[in-house]
Amino acid sequence: MQNTMTTYSPWNRFFSRNKGILVGGLILFAIVVLFYVWIPMETIAVLNATVRLSTPLVLGALCGLMGERAAVINIGIEGQMLMAAFIAYLFNVWTSNLPLSILAGVLTGALLGLLLAFMAVTLKIDQIIGGTVINILAVGLTGYFYTTGLTTEGKLRPIIIPILNKIPLIGRVLFENPPITYAAIVLVFVVHYVLFYTRWGLRTRAVGEHPRAADTVGINVYMMRYVNVILGGCLAGLAGAFLTLEAVGSFERVMTNGRGFIALACMIFGRWTPLGSWGAALFFALFTAIATQISFMYGNTVNIPHQVWGILPYLFTILVLAGMGKRVRSPAADGVPYTKE
Amino acid sequence: MDSDQKVPNQPKFLRSVLDVLLNENAWRTILVQVVAVLLALLIGAVILLISGANPIEAYAALFRGAFGTPIAVGRTLEKATPLIFSGLAVAFAFKAGMFNIGAQGQLLFGAITAAFLGFALHGLPPYIHMPVALIGGALAGGAYAIIPGALKAYRGVHEVITTIMLNYIAINVTDYLADGPWKDTSPGNVIARTPNIDPAAAIGKLGPVPIGFIIAILVAFVVWWLLSKTTVGFEIRMVGLNPSAARYAGIKVAKTLILTMVISGFLAGMGGAVETLGVVGRYQPGFNVGLGFDGITVAMLGKTNPFGVIPAAILVGAMKAGSSEMQFASGVAKEITDVIQALILFFVAADVIVRSLLRMGKAGEEEVKLSSGWGKQ
Amino acid sequence: MSNDAIALEVRNITKRFPGVLANDRVNFDLRKGEIHALLGENGAGKTTLMNIIYGLYTPNEGEFFISNGEGLHQIQIHSPNDAIQAGIGMVHQHFMLVPVFTVAENIILGQETTRGPSLDLRTARQKITQLSEEYGLEIDPDAIIEDIPVGVQQRVEIVKALYRNARILVLDEPTAVLTPQEVESLFRIMRQLTERGVSIVFITHKLKEVLAVADRITTMRRGQVVGTTTPAESDEHKLAAMMVGREVILTVDKAPASPGEVVMKVTDLNIVDERGVEVVRNLGFEVRAGEILGIAGVQGNGQTELVESLTGLRERKSGHVLLDGKDIPQLSPRLNVEAGQAHIPEDRHKHGLVLAYSIADNEVLCTYYQPPFARGLQRNQKAVMENAVKLIERFDVRTPSPNLPASNLSGGNQQKVIVARELSRPIKLLIANQPTRGLDVGSIEYIHRQIVDMRDRGIAVLLVSAELDEITSLSDRIAVMYHGQIVATVDPDKITRAELGLLMAGSSLPTP
Repeated sequence: MQNTMTTYSPWNRFFSRNKGILVGGLILFAIVVLFYVWIPMETIAVLNATVRLSTPLVLGALCGLMGERAAVINIGIEGQMLMAAFIAYLFNVWTSNLPLSILAGVLTGALLGLLLAFMAVTLKIDQIIGGTVINILAVGLTGYFYTTGLTTEGKLRPIIIPILNKIPLIGRVLFENPPITYAAIVLVFVVHYVLFYTRWGLRTRAVGEHPRAADTVGINVYMMRYVNVILGGCLAGLAGAFLTLEAVGSFERVMTNGRGFIALACMIFGRWTPLGSWGAALFFALFTAIATQISFMYGNTVNIPHQVWGILPYLFTILVLAGMGKRVRSPAADGVPYTKE
Repeated sequence: MDSDQKVPNQPKFLRSVLDVLLNENAWRTILVQVVAVLLALLIGAVILLISGANPIEAYAALFRGAFGTPIAVGRTLEKATPLIFSGLAVAFAFKAGMFNIGAQGQLLFGAITAAFLGFALHGLPPYIHMPVALIGGALAGGAYAIIPGALKAYRGVHEVITTIMLNYIAINVTDYLADGPWKDTSPGNVIARTPNIDPAAAIGKLGPVPIGFIIAILVAFVVWWLLSKTTVGFEIRMVGLNPSAARYAGIKVAKTLILTMVISGFLAGMGGAVETLGVVGRYQPGFNVGLGFDGITVAMLGKTNPFGVIPAAILVGAMKAGSSEMQFASGVAKEITDVIQALILFFVAADVIVRSLLRMGKAGEEEVKLSSGWGKQ
Repeated sequence: MSNDAIALEVRNITKRFPGVLANDRVNFDLRKGEIHALLGENGAGKTTLMNIIYGLYTPNEGEFFISNGEGLHQIQIHSPNDAIQAGIGMVHQHFMLVPVFTVAENIILGQETTRGPSLDLRTARQKITQLSEEYGLEIDPDAIIEDIPVGVQQRVEIVKALYRNARILVLDEPTAVLTPQEVESLFRIMRQLTERGVSIVFITHKLKEVLAVADRITTMRRGQVVGTTTPAESDEHKLAAMMVGREVILTVDKAPASPGEVVMKVTDLNIVDERGVEVVRNLGFEVRAGEILGIAGVQGNGQTELVESLTGLRERKSGHVLLDGKDIPQLSPRLNVEAGQAHIPEDRHKHGLVLAYSIADNEVLCTYYQPPFARGLQRNQKAVMENAVKLIERFDVRTPSPNLPASNLSGGNQQKVIVARELSRPIKLLIANQPTRGLDVGSIEYIHRQIVDMRDRGIAVLLVSAELDEITSLSDRIAVMYHGQIVATVDPDKITRAELGLLMAGSSLPTP
């Protein structure tokens, strides 16, 4: 049992705890560079696809972890994304105002977050059922109100950051992206900072690990959970807006296709941290992008049914979670409703 | 004092029914469920109004389509049948504290396996062919459920994510099978589906009542008996209520969790098999999509009680059966029934709301501990 | 040093919970600089009263008064924030510390020092170190809570209160997790605090401690204040009588033991926990038929893991456990039960009962699959019911019906259900782990009698308890456990409490 710990600077602690991942990351980077030298076009395509595919995943994972750090499980991310995608799309059709449409999507996510918080914190319904209610509600409402044949004024265009985009390899991948994609990356760092370096983050984590202790020092557990879930909902809403305003440009029934749940897996894989979730999301996205690229390049020569590529993300998710197994450690009060006596 | 001293000569089952009927608590619970459904319909009516439809006309058409004629009733029972099975599946897993959202995937495998056994085997008499196809489908569902069960029992992976992922995988695999090796290659068929099943494998009707519905009711009985009268049921419920005490009592928790999932998958698979053998007659993609979620609504509306699932399934089945008539007669899109279902689930889960509306006290039933964290148990 | 000025007074406090009147017109006052003990059985209402004073509960009736230097004035307390503002700090029985945070993070939680938007841990560290030196409470601000020992965690809780300028400190059952030496150390800290003007309320049910350290003693029973006295005017018997309302026999009547064959033999036992830490090391002992072997030791020295291993709930790394000469396979509680082992678990809600199941079903929790309770798959409800009726009568479980869920019962009756279940089987060995924790005196007496009764019938008993009095009064032999090892095996008649305390703290006895 340790009674004292020498105080390491944050950097030292970061490097020593994550040695394996950093080494792995460097090796991966080296491999990418090699591929770039060999087949530049395809490599850039894969990397671009990776960034694009990872955006809704990382936003969804951030949404999930914000709630879970305060001990509220959110499996309704899928529904939040779907509903937000739909509303953002409708606003785009009606107003052709893209920023307004983004806002509409974000607010939709926040509203559903409010509903989840109400169910989980005030009504104290089992949180898995609460999330399921949101998912079914989203599928139902979007299916009911959706009519085909609506047209929009197009989608969000990439914003090119000058000078930086001239860096070989990284430049074209990182600095020629549309706004929500940038926002997602920035938000990773923002959430990381808030969660681990501010008063708000300390209180949020306390509420998630030992809510009664937080209560006894005067923190309002209920309010903290509400706000965290609603803010998380904003991020899920942003992810939904991304789908219809940046990625695809139109809406389709159940277009989220499980991304909300894969985002949860990213959150678990990333150990409930923003940076970890981002890494996990990139990892998943990279894997999917490579598989798509291969099917593209060799699909005609080798006869593999397209469903094989279809099941890959889901299969991968299961394998990753199975591999992690019992070593995950979620916030201690995760999923348990709090009752102030 | 002891109720089992009152009527010592009546068969045990009848005594249980009487216990329920005489039990005030049970009536109150039923009342709460009914009010939950009414509230959901009310809010659904509001949504209809917002979108410019006439709720009264729409609901009337819905009712007509579900109960208006004997044929309509038959259709309702037909729709209710797979819902009974997936409701039982979800309710059963729930008793062990697990959330089987994968009923949909297990159902798909059950359906396609039944279709395969239906069209691949020939020359068997009906009393052999039908049960073989039925049980075969059920076993396929049960086998598919081993995966999330084992992952939960041995690796501690929460079944919510695994079962949802497996649902997507099931859709892809069954699509492939229906479009590939098991495709109907007879001339004149262009869509992706299996050949029709041999008539000997079919499940027919008794008048307007589908025999599949009768099978479902019988299965509900068996599930009830398993849960309340057997040692296995005692163990499963204990694992759901208090896994630590279950371990202390000598129960192998991991094996029990897997067994529960397998039985749950078996039930879901049977639902798919019954739908194939009794209604569709072959497997076709797009088959009953979304039945996984329906199972959850039915299970919760039925208070995860094997007998409660039956009226709950009939209600949801009625909505599905009547929705075509509603769409045809009043132009309202079918999906409103999905919305109403979500609302039912909400009010049923949030029964505190209904209870405070009715000025009732808190419920005093068994509280299963569902989700608590993703990894450690 | 206490003077007569009152620091805190509450009048007419009444608190109703559904079905229970937890506090009934309670009047309580605390003088400045005094240590005022609040004594009572489990369930008497002491913790409720203090939770009200700390703002965690709102009373149905009652008023609060605080001294502001010139006399008392009335205040409202609706939340912990109000209590903190009034200078009241509380150290709960189960610590309110976030295990994964550092000491500093826990102390500043809710009153964080910031620099701009960021947390300022450096300033916090300074202030904590300053406080810690001033009051003689040594703690390391950067240590992580789950890594430090319980006694140090308690110090953190006290510093946490002092950080918020508490002048009134409430300590709820602080000695439950301490060795006798640590208890002495705590009492020293308490006196130092009072010398600096802090007033202390000390909640406990332990008579000896109260007489050792309190200036005044207030006894509560069934939600009411029974009386206030001082150590000079009272003794253990009088206090016990006030707590329970009748004469209490403080020692257990038992004849000397006549031990027979060895029933359980443990050799070279090694257990490693989930984090890879060795919690039991090279442990060995024997329990004979007709004797009670008591395992003494402060909680957290491996007793929980030891019992789990012996009852088949935990794997062991190495070592042998022989029951009646036979090696029982690991991780099989059922085989243990079938071999004649009975287990009263330490946590009755977690391991001992399924609260939602009926009392009848709980009585067959371990035997439900055996005839006559079941034949193959089919259960025999009639046999289960008959068994329950018999046991309820024999063990005096207070309930109107065996069909009611176990959650309806009081703690004492719940424990009786477990005792009834375990002792009504044909057994050779009884393992009782903290069998009377959280129970009222009547239930404690009853269970002690049952344990001695079992011994007299020739059953081997392994008693594990953190209550030293229980161990010394019941055991025929005492094995002291410290850091996962048995450091000594002694005869209770030939050793003093002080010596036991030394052994429990890991020191060796001075050579005679």
